[in-house]
Amino acid sequence: MAVIRDVMPAFELLQPGSAADAQRLLEQNGEAAWVMAGGMDSFDWLKDRIKKPRVLVDLSGVDELRGVRVTSDGVEIGAMTTLTEIANHAEIKKNYGVLAEAVSLVASPQIRNQGTLGGNVSQDVRCWYYRGGWPCYRAGGNICYADTPVGRNREHAIFGGDRCIAVHPSDSVPALIALDAKFVVQSAKGERVIDAEDFYIGPQDDITHINILKPGDLLTAIRIPATFAGARFYFEKVRDRNVWDFPLMNVASAMKLSGNNIDQIRIAVNAVSPRPMRLKNVEDAVRGKPATPETGEMAGKLAIEGAKPLQFNAYKIPLMRNLVKRSITGVREATWTS
Amino acid sequence: MPEMDDPRQSEGAQRKVTRRQFILGVIAGGAVVSAASYRLLAPGHGRLSSANWSERLISINVNGKARRVEAMKQETLAWTLRYKLGLTGTKLGCDRAECGACTVLLDDVPHYSCSVLTHTVRNKKVTTIEGLAAADGKLHPVQQAVVDQQGFQCAFCMSGFIMATVGYLKQNPNPTRAELAHGISGNLCRCQDYSKILDSMMRGAEYTRNGFPAERRA
Repeated sequence: MAVIRDVMPAFELLQPGSAADAQRLLEQNGEAAWVMAGGMDSFDWLKDRIKKPRVLVDLSGVDELRGVRVTSDGVEIGAMTTLTEIANHAEIKKNYGVLAEAVSLVASPQIRNQGTLGGNVSQDVRCWYYRGGWPCYRAGGNICYADTPVGRNREHAIFGGDRCIAVHPSDSVPALIALDAKFVVQSAKGERVIDAEDFYIGPQDDITHINILKPGDLLTAIRIPATFAGARFYFEKVRDRNVWDFPLMNVASAMKLSGNNIDQIRIAVNAVSPRPMRLKNVEDAVRGKPATPETGEMAGKLAIEGAKPLQFNAYKIPLMRNLVKRSITGVREATWTS
Repeated sequence: MPEMDDPRQSEGAQRKVTRRQFILGVIAGGAVVSAASYRLLAPGHGRLSSANWSERLISINVNGKARRVEAMKQETLAWTLRYKLGLTGTKLGCDRAECGACTVLLDDVPHYSCSVLTHTVRNKKVTTIEGLAAADGKLHPVQQAVVDQQGFQCAFCMSGFIMATVGYLKQNPNPTRAELAHGISGNLCRCQDYSKILDSMMRGAEYTRNGFPAERRA
């Protein structure tokens, strides 16, 4: 669709100064409200006139949602903390390096300067049919334009598709799942704390929502427990260009070893399925085994069991096998992390 | 056709107004007209109280000056800078945070001004390409380096690249070429002039650290 360069359609702009005010405004305005953190996902929707919220709740003035706090059990990252702040934060670089690396590979420097962790984990899928305003399943319609013999689905899912085959595009989420992070959500009923992987919804459960946030909910913080502090980490993102692009696939792992044997491990892969994917069966299979290429090989083969390629994305199957292998053996090809 | 009688005279009259002055004049005139029409034509204006109207007249700090401007709630900073304040050095390329031409500094950090709402920068310091040179007209070291190195081809992307570089050098004043390339990787050049741009920006980094040679200032 043509790119519209005129001013966006009008909306009411609400600029609360506290998280409690923000939550109340979201409650009051219900379905009509759109939450804006950094705006890097929001502006595409608004400028293209695909989403037309009546009320925009801008969180940029809510200072209490910003910053990284070291707690008795790990760190708590305010939802409005920018990706650049997280990538440069001493404690996160030292003990939770997998997250620092993941967010430093997001998009471009300017986007990381403005984009927030809360926004990055809450962003919508990138399927261009959906983004282009086509009336697909996810948009509330009754067809998928990507899953046809001629649909352009090179970037789409090899797992978990159910009518919708768009993939979750976040780079930070697999790192957060590997670290066993918890998402803190405020609503009128109080605070809920949700495991990172349970924050997301697959199309089989609710095809028009990507996560559990409902009108009136506000994601305020992400807590990372100290469980994997200073553990052995691996993160790798594969994309077409070294800047801007969303992942064709990414992988994150956190591993605790005794000797060379894997004691504790969590692995997550994204951009393979509508939900960020934690590889529980692989974790179970490699626990207690040595972190060797043989174990990695086995893990990679296990990871791709049941994968269903579409017309143009069969390459994702060997890609996933190799990324999962590397996430255990730690062998790395050059990535741009200067 | 009396206006054709003396071509030298009309040519002379045109020369008195430069292209830049003409464009800025048109923008200033347009701003007055459009500010008036937004009052009259804005959707749902009947519902809005006078309090809402006064909220739209805001003050933002641009290049060290407090600028009063009437900005719509949905207006982006790039739009305000170019079409309300006449600061046309900031370019609009993609308008989708994908090219970097509109890069400005907010509190010394590079941002895409196409993807910032004007109403969200009221407490921030905005710096555009027009704000880099000193009051006496002396160019910023990175600007001088671009002049000396002739770094750009068409230069539509230039102000974005310069702002991204100035912002990056505040974090890392002595980068390697690879670090600087990574630091300003959020800017595109359609002429594919990257190697020469990097030459300029590396020279700009050097000028920023060590000052630029006196003979080039003349």
